[in-house]
Amino acid sequence: MSVVTLEIDGKVCTGVSGETVFDVAWNNGVKIPRLCHIGGLPNIGACRLCLVEVEGQKKLLPACITPVQEGMVVRTWSEKLIAHRRLIVELLFAERNHVCSVCVVNRNCELQDLAVELGLDHIRLRYQFPKLVADTSHERFGLDHNRCVLCTRCVRVCDEVEGAHTWDVSRRGALSQIIADLGEPWGESDTCTSCGKCVQVCPTGALFEKGKAVSEMRKDRGFLKYIVTAREKGQWIR
Amino acid sequence: MSRHHYSGDALIEVLHTAQELYGFLSPGLLKSIARKLRLPPSRVLGVATFYHFFSLKPKGEHTFVVCLGTACYVAGAPNVLTALEHRSTKAGTTTADGKVSVDGARCIGSCGLAPAVIYNGRILARVTPESISKELDRIGVE
Ligand code: SF4
Ligand code: SF4
Ligand code: FES
Ligand code: FES
Repeated sequence: MSVVTLEIDGKVCTGVSGETVFDVAWNNGVKIPRLCHIGGLPNIGACRLCLVEVEGQKKLLPACITPVQEGMVVRTWSEKLIAHRRLIVELLFAERNHVCSVCVVNRNCELQDLAVELGLDHIRLRYQFPKLVADTSHERFGLDHNRCVLCTRCVRVCDEVEGAHTWDVSRRGALSQIIADLGEPWGESDTCTSCGKCVQVCPTGALFEKGKAVSEMRKDRGFLKYIVTAREKGQWIR
Repeated sequence: MSRHHYSGDALIEVLHTAQELYGFLSPGLLKSIARKLRLPPSRVLGVATFYHFFSLKPKGEHTFVVCLGTACYVAGAPNVLTALEHRSTKAGTTTADGKVSVDGARCIGSCGLAPAVIYNGRILARVTPESISKELDRIGVE
């Protein structure tokens, strides 16, 4: 493991080889936007919100899957990047039915935070208004497809951390949808252990705890770090 | 499955063979494939629904797949499909009596024969609304 020095937004930062641009930036106080990435789960580089400019590279690179290199010069905010990120968030809002005013995580939502951060006050795209339903068959939790951004955090946490692999993604393109087991109601799943991890990592109100009123639910993201550190280092720090 | 040593990596091949044998992938079949390959059921369904090739519903006695790839499209495939749908059922579905299934596909690699239709696994070349209509007469569709 060798120390790597690079420049992020004009700031000299150090990281360790093998770390991603995303992690080094965050450790140095530069908060790159993200949606699919969550510390403790494998990265898939799917949402493209963390795209950054790297000097000498024509293409924009997703910070969450780009390893740091000695002497790299990275820019995490520019007009071009903001335009891209805005469009991505607009696409997400237009694709499903995100009615924040009646959502349990209203004001505690990562998608909403992104919109605020990017100064998004209206959506230029046509809303698709797909007809989707919510699965409320589970005793304690619910899944509202209308609010799902298909980040697959739930799929990964259930597979990698809980080990149950209850969730996966069915179909493709605009028809993609999260499924439990063979597409049965969540409450009838015989692989789900009802641990609630998926609910906590979900960035939006798609996965929620039942019995919570509008704006009432807070998600606990600390638990993931706790479990992963315990597993990797044998230290239980909360 | 034993040929693939029950390996999870062989999922796609196994789904292929299962569909060939049974015509479609029923929930029971998917469940037993998941169990035998020791894979999570949701991944098996995810893969089965990702590829258009796999069908989760029983197919009709006669299946028509109309190629809608570029070559076939410009050669008049949409008219063929409309004619076919008009006398049987919408693409992606099967008639209520289970007699005819209709589907659309992207280029099937027979552009020289455009517009091409796969009827029960055989390729029909240079199909017209009239010729497809005759085919339906032949198999006794009203
Ligand atoms: S509650 Fe736990 S086991 Fe059930 S789907 Fe969520 S993460 Fe998987
Ligand atoms: S349910 Fe939540 S965690 Fe799962 S894919 Fe959708 S938005 Fe992501
Ligand atoms: S956070 Fe990097 S691609 Fe989603
Ligand atoms: S476009 Fe129909 S076979 Fe190629």
